[in-house]
Amino acid sequence: MITGLHLENLAIRRGERLLFAGLCLDLGAGEALALTGANGAGKTSLLRAIAGLILPHEGWVRFVGARGDLEPEDARSSGIHLLGHQDGLKSAGTAWDELLFQVRWTGGTEASARAACRLLDLERLLELEVRKLSAGQRRRLALARLVASPRSLWLLDEPMAPLDSERRHLFGHLMGEHLASGGMIIAAVHDPLPIPVRRLDLVFS
Amino acid sequence: MSGLWILFRRELGQTWGRGGGPVLALTFFACVATLLPLAVGASPARLASVAPGAAWLALALASLLSLERLFERDFEDGTLDLLALGPAPLEAVALAKGLAQWLANGAPLALLAPVVAVALGAGLSLVPMIFTSALIGGLGLSFTGGIGAALSLGSRRGGVLIAVIVLPLFAPPVIFGAGVIDAYASGLDWRPALSFLSAYSLAALALGPLAMAAACRNALS
Repeated sequence: MITGLHLENLAIRRGERLLFAGLCLDLGAGEALALTGANGAGKTSLLRAIAGLILPHEGWVRFVGARGDLEPEDARSSGIHLLGHQDGLKSAGTAWDELLFQVRWTGGTEASARAACRLLDLERLLELEVRKLSAGQRRRLALARLVASPRSLWLLDEPMAPLDSERRHLFGHLMGEHLASGGMIIAAVHDPLPIPVRRLDLVFS
Repeated sequence: MSGLWILFRRELGQTWGRGGGPVLALTFFACVATLLPLAVGASPARLASVAPGAAWLALALASLLSLERLFERDFEDGTLDLLALGPAPLEAVALAKGLAQWLANGAPLALLAPVVAVALGAGLSLVPMIFTSALIGGLGLSFTGGIGAALSLGSRRGGVLIAVIVLPLFAPPVIFGAGVIDAYASGLDWRPALSFLSAYSLAALALGPLAMAAACRNALS
């Protein structure tokens, strides 16, 4: 379980452009961070760098567990949820099959997937093909993975965008519970999150 | 381990089900074989002499068809991100994908290969050998093909690029695969060719996942 995240002097380059440099950040258990910044400022790239999908140009991403530093591979393979614009749900599969695969792959069980569906009010949609879901329903299905398989660090890219106000409230509640249980959240957002957060504003360099 | 098993079963289902599954490759295989008599002439003696080689050539071409879907869709819809953050390293993910590709595409093609060869005039006694060589060779075709599929990620017209990358690498299995059948048919020692074919497939099985995982990481970054 990841209990702390440290970014040390992080710089990310995309092609020829240096997005940002010298980024230092410490995040502890129970803390949430809202990443803001203009389009193209590097919010998504930062999330992907923390997830290990992009190699930083400079600097390090360190994960801390209960007994000191964790191997980045171990931390990422069992401690991170990354939810971006592409949710990995195959449009031809049924909602339940797609969710169940994602949940089991990330370490959850069928029972926890069922519980998450109840929580997110997805039960009536599970037999439908993913392509027949609305954008909001589809996002709820993707969010169910976060709830169903316990991983401590959530990296979210615009998680609330397609949700209606009632579901935003519900998801805020779920994020609050995750933080209360010692989890961490970093979310790239344009709208404010309904939970207490620190803010990190990425500006063009 | 259980995570990988879940992935393997899913990949098998996806490979078997998506876009008609192996039916497309099988139909293509049969079509190429049907064109052959029209191209070289329908004389049975001539056809019989080229049947094993033609079956192997058609097999290699048919193996190309489903490669584009091996990684491309997962890359586009974000599944590859999810797979990269799972309990198994990408190398193991690539191994599971390659094996599923072999079982759901290579194996049905290997079943059809003797039928095609016999239809072209190969002797019935060759059937077990054609099936065996196509099955073993199919393993190599799936894994070297997977390398091409991973390398072409993110490029437009990936399918054509895959063919250009992969077809030269298909030369050894085509040589040895057709060689096994030729040697067996003419009563020569066929074991060296079969050994080379197996060695090629095992090498592809061992090295393919490493190359596929590296290419996927490169595409994701």
